[in-house]
Amino acid sequence: MKGHEFTEGIAGLVGERERVGWFSHEGLLGWVASVDHKQVGLMYIVAAFVFFGLGGIEALLMRIQLAVPNNHFLSPETFNALFTMHGTTMIFFVAMPLLTGFTVYLVPLMIGARDVAFPRLNAMSFWLTLFAGLMLYFSFFAGGAPSAGWFSYTPLSEAAFSLRSGQDYWILSLIVAGIGTVAGAINIIVTVVTLRAEGMTMKRLPLFVWMNFVNAFLMLFALPVLNAALVMLLIDRQLHAHFFTPASGGSALLWQHYFWAFGHPEVYIVILPAFGMISEIIPVFSRKPIFGYEFVAASTVAIAFLSFTVWAHHMFAVGLGHIANLFFAVASMSIAVPTGVKIFNWTATMYGGQLRFTTAMKFAVAFIVMFTIGGLSGVSFAVVPIDWQLTDTYYLVAHMHYVLFGGTVLASFAGIYYWFPKFSGRLLSERLGSWHFWLTFVGLNLTFFIQHILGMMGMPRRVFTYPALPYWAAFNMLSTIGAFVLLIAMLVFLYNVVMSLRYGETAGDNPWDAWTLEWATTSPPPVENFVRIPPIHGRRPLWDLAHPELADELGKVDA
Amino acid sequence: MTTHPTRTALRLLFDFVGAIEVFNLSSIDTLNPVSPQAAAITRLFLGVLVILAVIFVLVSGLVVYAIVRYRERPGSSMPRQLAGSRKLEFLWTAVPIGLLATVFVFTAKTMRAANPKKGTRPADLLVVGHQWWWEVKYLKSGVITANEIHLPVGKAVLIQLEAADVIHDFWVPQLGRKIDAIPGHTNYLWLRADRPGVYSGICAEFCGTEHAWMRFEVVVQSPEEFTAWEQAQLKIPQPPSEPEALAGMKLFNELTCVNCHRLAGTRANQTAGPDLTHLAQRRMLAGGAAVNNPQTLAEWLKDPDRIKPGSNMPNFHLSDAQVRALVAYLETTK
Ligand code: HEC
Ligand SMILES: [Cu+2]
Ligand SMILES: [Cu+2]
Repeated sequence: MKGHEFTEGIAGLVGERERVGWFSHEGLLGWVASVDHKQVGLMYIVAAFVFFGLGGIEALLMRIQLAVPNNHFLSPETFNALFTMHGTTMIFFVAMPLLTGFTVYLVPLMIGARDVAFPRLNAMSFWLTLFAGLMLYFSFFAGGAPSAGWFSYTPLSEAAFSLRSGQDYWILSLIVAGIGTVAGAINIIVTVVTLRAEGMTMKRLPLFVWMNFVNAFLMLFALPVLNAALVMLLIDRQLHAHFFTPASGGSALLWQHYFWAFGHPEVYIVILPAFGMISEIIPVFSRKPIFGYEFVAASTVAIAFLSFTVWAHHMFAVGLGHIANLFFAVASMSIAVPTGVKIFNWTATMYGGQLRFTTAMKFAVAFIVMFTIGGLSGVSFAVVPIDWQLTDTYYLVAHMHYVLFGGTVLASFAGIYYWFPKFSGRLLSERLGSWHFWLTFVGLNLTFFIQHILGMMGMPRRVFTYPALPYWAAFNMLSTIGAFVLLIAMLVFLYNVVMSLRYGETAGDNPWDAWTLEWATTSPPPVENFVRIPPIHGRRPLWDLAHPELADELGKVDA
Repeated sequence: MTTHPTRTALRLLFDFVGAIEVFNLSSIDTLNPVSPQAAAITRLFLGVLVILAVIFVLVSGLVVYAIVRYRERPGSSMPRQLAGSRKLEFLWTAVPIGLLATVFVFTAKTMRAANPKKGTRPADLLVVGHQWWWEVKYLKSGVITANEIHLPVGKAVLIQLEAADVIHDFWVPQLGRKIDAIPGHTNYLWLRADRPGVYSGICAEFCGTEHAWMRFEVVVQSPEEFTAWEQAQLKIPQPPSEPEALAGMKLFNELTCVNCHRLAGTRANQTAGPDLTHLAQRRMLAGGAAVNNPQTLAEWLKDPDRIKPGSNMPNFHLSDAQVRALVAYLETTK
């Protein structure tokens, strides 16, 4: 393989002979040594679920501690470490790798390519992410997990207040994961630009590809901001610089600007691919094309641009000044418009259709409603005076879980039920899927809805316990019960996956009668994806093939 | 802190039933404002909540209708392959823009009402956030206290907010907005309460181990009561006459208490820990981790970690006699 390092970039274009060697391994080595985008994608997804288990256990421990007032089940330090690890894990080692897994698996298939543009870089991105996560968890054994929260505000996260090396592990871990993410973003951009099959114009790209394409730019610009700030924090801690230490002339607030300049785009980084999945699944199970393709795609671009102009809405309580607050209020409110456009288009897609309520469709439709709750409560944070009251309370915890659980997680489950047959060749059980769905739906609302009220009652986030004020105990207990319902839901899902992998119904190439290119090949697809790519004359190549009389005619889409 | 498990369980059960039957809106602090600033926010919040609820009902109504009406039925024909409508796209872009513009106008108005300009007036009160307690200093009268702020009813008081170590956040939900206490960056906040009573406040920015027990109280009194309180606070305690308390005073001076605390009339004059001058008059201990009485005070001195694990108050491994003496002393300095 010597000499190929420098031509890695064109491997995806010419590669089969050279790269075949990589696939000759069997078993575990076949996975570890793989540069096949499908295997890398699946490893991302599996790793994300392992971390999901860890993050979930952390959440349950916290909910046990909060079930009753003045509880002593966990020490404050343990509780603080748990919510720090929970937040960091769920964002960086669950949401991001899970979505990235779908992206690297599906994008090449959907555009009719044999792999991503840089297959080895792709594998590197995955291994960086995995080892970054392991490094974060190693902190438990190396003197204690970090405990300054997932946004690690300075100066609390500085050496003077966070003595444990866990904070350094946290920094290093996120730097490593960030490098992997940026490399992955470049990979997706180049793949979409250069490897589209003949006829797959940008205007015909599946929306899932569109959203991941835009998302890659978000990652490319947002993650370096975080990494730069992390390096500064590390220099502060280890080499005694003073970027963020006010006691010696640094600025406590500078970190917040850096962090949220990354952090708000990050919110969209973990939702845009989910939007992409919903935009594929709802049309297929409505037996209709997506309503307003151009508007769904364009609103994604609008969200991406706006997401870089709203970071200080996380800092309204800081006391930035009237004009700054006004600016960030306007920017934050305007981001609701393109988001609303998407919600209405998904809903409109269902109108006049023939809805097939598979488990994937159930999750997708529930996503619309749950994400709407999260989106609307998000608007209330753009209203500065409301933010002054409710930021950093359980109202915010409720809001972000409706976005991340009601949004990202529900969409990802929709995606799993939808693409599992492609990944594995077998269908997941719809009966267990239905149980999984309803338990998740009930558990999610039981856990998080009441937290809106707790926040309005004055319960701050990140408290390891609370006094027995009226209703606080009852409402927190309700939330804890909901968390355990979610645990049962997840166990049902796990059981479903294990059983279906073994005994599931054989899927065939295209079990859903879907129309994007991944369904034009076998399940699972062969090493280089396609034996033959069908002609692409529109956005729904397989539909056109199956219904030539109803073929999409680009441009004639208006009612 | 410790209650019997069955009693706890029973109370929880009652709480549940109570919650379902007569959920009392007055326990939602942010909807029960006691100051003009907080009232302005509450009005805006309720208005926005109504708009959001209408949108939610609309969206979920549309979804539910689609679910019922367009469910696939056997034998139905291929749906029309409609791919969009520019009219509708315009509609659901323009209407939200209009709504948000309206919300924005009210937002801007309320921002001023909820957070009046500081002006050129000097602050009345200095509040400093410490890990994990609040230092309170009346700049005109010179009263110093901790975790408890007394206000005369109906009078607007300007607070100068600082932090000694990390970022904290000063929040009294019924009195208005929260605002960060940031090291190296001074913030100002108008505080006012229009009804006498006790309003609970809390640190709302995660600030380390004992963030949960960084609570405080705002005690709102009639002008006369407030003046009386202020006078009492200014009194410098006389050395006690009773022997146990006298021994306590000796201990207080001998042990390192004086290196961290302040107690008027002694050489203790530090701000690493709360002012202890009139401790016995205060309602709670250690940022709300315990109510303040001689028993809890003794427990605290015996082992602070039992009440507030991780606090910056050291455990001196005092003997019971020493604890009794110190408690006796601190109870006389009223
Ligand atoms: C290293 C500094 C330090 C020393 C020495 C120290 N304290 Fe403290 N003390 C604190 C801090 C910090 C707190 C606040 C703890 C909290 O609420 O988190 C505190 C709180 C207290 C309180 C409760 C005050 C309140 O309003 O809740 C009392 C009483 C007290 N200390 C008494 C003493 C006595 C008596 C001694 C000497 C035997 C002593 N302290 C020595 C730092 C110190
Ligand atoms: Cu944001
Ligand atoms: Cu604090």
